[in-house]
Amino acid sequence: MRSIRAAAVGAVTMSLALAASACGGGSSTEGGSNDSPKTLTYWASNQGASVEIDKKVLQPELDKFKKQTGIEVKVEVVPWSDLLNRILTATTSGQGPDVLNIGNTWSASLQATGALLPWDAKNFAAIGGKDRFVDSALGSTGAEGKDPAAVPLYSMAYALYYNKKMFADAGIAQPPTTWAEFVEDGKKLTKGGKWALGVEGANPSENIHHAVVFAKQHGGDFFTADGKPDFTNDGAVAGVKEFVDLMAKDKVIAPGNAEYAQNQSVSDFAKGKTAMLLWQSASANLKSQGMSEDSFGIAPVPVQSGTPGTGTGVNSMVMGINLAVFKNSDNLDGAKKFVKFMTSDAEQKILNTAYSSIPPVKGAQADPAFNTPANGVLKNTLATSAVAAPQVADESQFETAVGTAIKGLFADAAAGRAVTTESVKAALEKAQAQMPAA
Amino acid sequence: MTSTVELPVRKGESGDKAARGPRRRVPGRIRRVGLPYLLLLPALILELLVHLVPMVIGIVMSFKELTQFYIRDWGAAPWAGLDNFRMSVDFDAPVGEALLHSFLVTVGFTLASVGLCWLIGTAAAICMQDTFRGRGLLRALFLVPYALPVYAAVITWVFMFQHDNGLVNHVLHDQLGLTDKPSFWLIGDNSFIALLVVSVWKGWPFAFLIVMAGLQNIPRELYEAAALDGAGMWQQIRRITLPSLGAVNQVLILVLFLWTFNDFNTPYVLFGKSAPEAADLISVHIYQASFVTWNFGTGSAMSVLLLLFLLLVTGVYLAVTSRGRRASRA
Repeated sequence: MRSIRAAAVGAVTMSLALAASACGGGSSTEGGSNDSPKTLTYWASNQGASVEIDKKVLQPELDKFKKQTGIEVKVEVVPWSDLLNRILTATTSGQGPDVLNIGNTWSASLQATGALLPWDAKNFAAIGGKDRFVDSALGSTGAEGKDPAAVPLYSMAYALYYNKKMFADAGIAQPPTTWAEFVEDGKKLTKGGKWALGVEGANPSENIHHAVVFAKQHGGDFFTADGKPDFTNDGAVAGVKEFVDLMAKDKVIAPGNAEYAQNQSVSDFAKGKTAMLLWQSASANLKSQGMSEDSFGIAPVPVQSGTPGTGTGVNSMVMGINLAVFKNSDNLDGAKKFVKFMTSDAEQKILNTAYSSIPPVKGAQADPAFNTPANGVLKNTLATSAVAAPQVADESQFETAVGTAIKGLFADAAAGRAVTTESVKAALEKAQAQMPAA
Repeated sequence: MTSTVELPVRKGESGDKAARGPRRRVPGRIRRVGLPYLLLLPALILELLVHLVPMVIGIVMSFKELTQFYIRDWGAAPWAGLDNFRMSVDFDAPVGEALLHSFLVTVGFTLASVGLCWLIGTAAAICMQDTFRGRGLLRALFLVPYALPVYAAVITWVFMFQHDNGLVNHVLHDQLGLTDKPSFWLIGDNSFIALLVVSVWKGWPFAFLIVMAGLQNIPRELYEAAALDGAGMWQQIRRITLPSLGAVNQVLILVLFLWTFNDFNTPYVLFGKSAPEAADLISVHIYQASFVTWNFGTGSAMSVLLLLFLLLVTGVYLAVTSRGRRASRA
């Protein structure tokens, strides 16, 4: 009887404890602490061709950090598709990792949750100062006028990857520099079951990256200066239409690309099914898919006229990954030490080489390894002709709403339905209406 | 209230002695009556935590202006009153219009899917009723879609529905020549058909299993007597099989309806977080409102409305079917 009673009492106590802890959800302690100075948890985004490859890249560096500081870092590589939801869940429960990677386009949205440590002057001083970072990368770390919510880790930019042999076979000597040339060359390259360009028509985020650039080239932005959605201005509509018209009107993209969302366009390019690809830091991925480095060239993404630059000459968004610290960390000092380590010149060289990205740290960027012709294009784009994603709290919603609208327009194009200025405007109007601030 | 619970008495120890022992703090009767409830308590509390608490939290959230600005401390989110509900049912505004569209797509999809699952499942169960060589193997094969992990099964369908390299277009277009050109199944209007095919493929084995169990309870003599009276197979099915399956079918259809209406895995794996308009089921739609556009308050209000709708349908269905049962017994 004693044992039954003890078990019952134990079970009841446990249930009540569970209830108490569940009721605690939704609130979180302010500020972090240093209660667990010897361990850190780190959520790394999946950067390489697979989660396993990322673990192989990161583990030796984490071991090095442990040797230097005595702090053990437990890493979990999180696939992109799960990352934002995982961060949201951690934010709600207050039970997140100490350090985490975030996509730099999410910076302002995640900043709004208040879960990330703000990088004020004191915190930046702990990792060597703000001046160590490239300005364009710092532009994607949070809303203007606020302390950054994260620190840049890997920088990337879109470039035009082209298949040298297919170009030579079509009698094209140079990669196109304007969209008019692109379409002209594209028509020469689209023959015999092969197509000029590959896109991820059903991937909202990928669509957004192109839409922002195309809109900018037409003098349009998706948000007003005070952060209100403005999806239907002439520049935005013309930009989206020009992008979708590459399939609908110019017919240089295979209709099947309208349902691509799992990086199939990268595989198609690696297999020689398409002659061009607009992608960010694709070299390592292409090589891992068996494409030799000398078989493809890298050129700036075309512009409307002239050469890429500021204003309407931008040809990429500032892409990349930022490193953030969870405010609730039990090892805030250790977390800052880890950020300092990951953004040190030496580590920046190692990690950005492994992921074929560009270091956002000035000291590392000067290294000869990042001055190859291929990296030169990406570096130059970031320095002169890349624009930051809209740094507004609703950026994440914008990606889904407008990205999905473009997905629908690609579906129309693939089905042979007309894509007109009116239909583009209507799709963007509907997307804007779904925005919370609208 | 009297209790009939008899506590087991340990061998070699008289109940009287045990009652007189030093541990006798709780009167025996209370202990006998209370112990079952005490043992049930952990399960009750866990049930409360797993189902009731989240439900109550969800209802509270539906009255709050809950966005990314407050998810870290949702209790501090300002009250929105009935705004989230108003927005959800304002069918002239974009949010309500999209929700209504999604609701109608879901109703159409559910009716078609449940109808086909029931039809195929019942037909298959009737065909499997008589013993024949290989029946066991066929029965096992029929249950494979039900036994497979949902994600693995649906992702295989995604490969098969691919426009360029998918098996479906290869068969329909390349081999049979039934279509002018390869069709899109994962985008555009055909996505509804793709969703329905996968849902029925996944769902009918459950109907088959339940109907097959129901058929075991129908006495063989009824069929023999009907056959003697000259009833054909169709008449036997109409006059004996279907009426005898009444109670089984009522539960089956209700369960299939609730599962299909709330199905999240199939559309999410098929289309990702932004489904084509033609296949925009309400479960993914609400997920999108909550976890993609981070309007947790509006998403919760939509969930509450959905819950009320399903309760209403279930209530009406149970009332009608139980009235039917009472009438048939009378």
